[in-house]
Amino acid sequence: MIGDWFGNWLEFMSHGENIAFSLLAVVIISGAVFMINMTRVVHMVVSIAAVFLGLGGLYVLLEAEFVAFVQVLIYAGAVTILMVFGIMMTRYGGQEEQQQGRPLANALLLVGTIGLFLAIFFAIQNSLFPGGEALLSGEDNTRAIGQAVFAKYVIPFELVSVLLTVAFIGAIVLAKREEE
Amino acid sequence: MDNILPSYLILGAILFCIGLYGALSKRSAIIVLLSVELMLNACNLNLIAFSKFGVNPSLGGQIFSLFNITVAAAEVSVGIAILIMLFRRKGTSDVTDMDAMKH
Repeated sequence: MIGDWFGNWLEFMSHGENIAFSLLAVVIISGAVFMINMTRVVHMVVSIAAVFLGLGGLYVLLEAEFVAFVQVLIYAGAVTILMVFGIMMTRYGGQEEQQQGRPLANALLLVGTIGLFLAIFFAIQNSLFPGGEALLSGEDNTRAIGQAVFAKYVIPFELVSVLLTVAFIGAIVLAKREEE
Repeated sequence: MDNILPSYLILGAILFCIGLYGALSKRSAIIVLLSVELMLNACNLNLIAFSKFGVNPSLGGQIFSLFNITVAAAEVSVGIAILIMLFRRKGTSDVTDMDAMKH
């Protein structure tokens, strides 16, 4: 049993891509767990920046280079900095609460979350994923995405631009200091 | 190489569950927003993994993950604006104090 598992693990680790996947997965999961367990809010934002960078590495591994760099720019750059600004603007001591206060609710929540994870895990283990041929190897990913966005997905693209404008105006209107 | 797709899906499930736990248990509203971002990122990871290793691999997964990133950025900007306004009104960023629409 253990030897079988270990042999599977050695076989899994014999590909360079799998080693890179494992390292990035360790970075991502530990960053997320640190994000949950840290006490200072700024440390939480730094650890979730590690999660975003690790996900960008995984996207490079999945041959989605454009999405990887968008991820680094938008998430690791913009969203993280915006969160830091939000913390600076709404600072009330900079500490997450010391006393959790609701141990029963948190324990139930933990059980429920683990149950959800187990359900997804067994669903994934029990389903078959027939592998298609690998897509896009050696192709120009950014050019292909641009052609698809402006030909096939042009209406969602325009709708997203409208959505961004609405969110932009809404954020300004909400955060504007009202004078009375 | 054999199929690595379930590994990506399980990593996405772990990220989603951690994000769900954080979003429901934390009291600082900034951390709740960050946990929602974590869940959206898990969704993006699944989309991109299926766009490479799925039954019918195509670019659609990557394009929809781009749309997803855009929507998440809009959500974060509006969420931070609401938080700043609420902090200015009530002087707190604790989600348990945000019960003005409760009664």
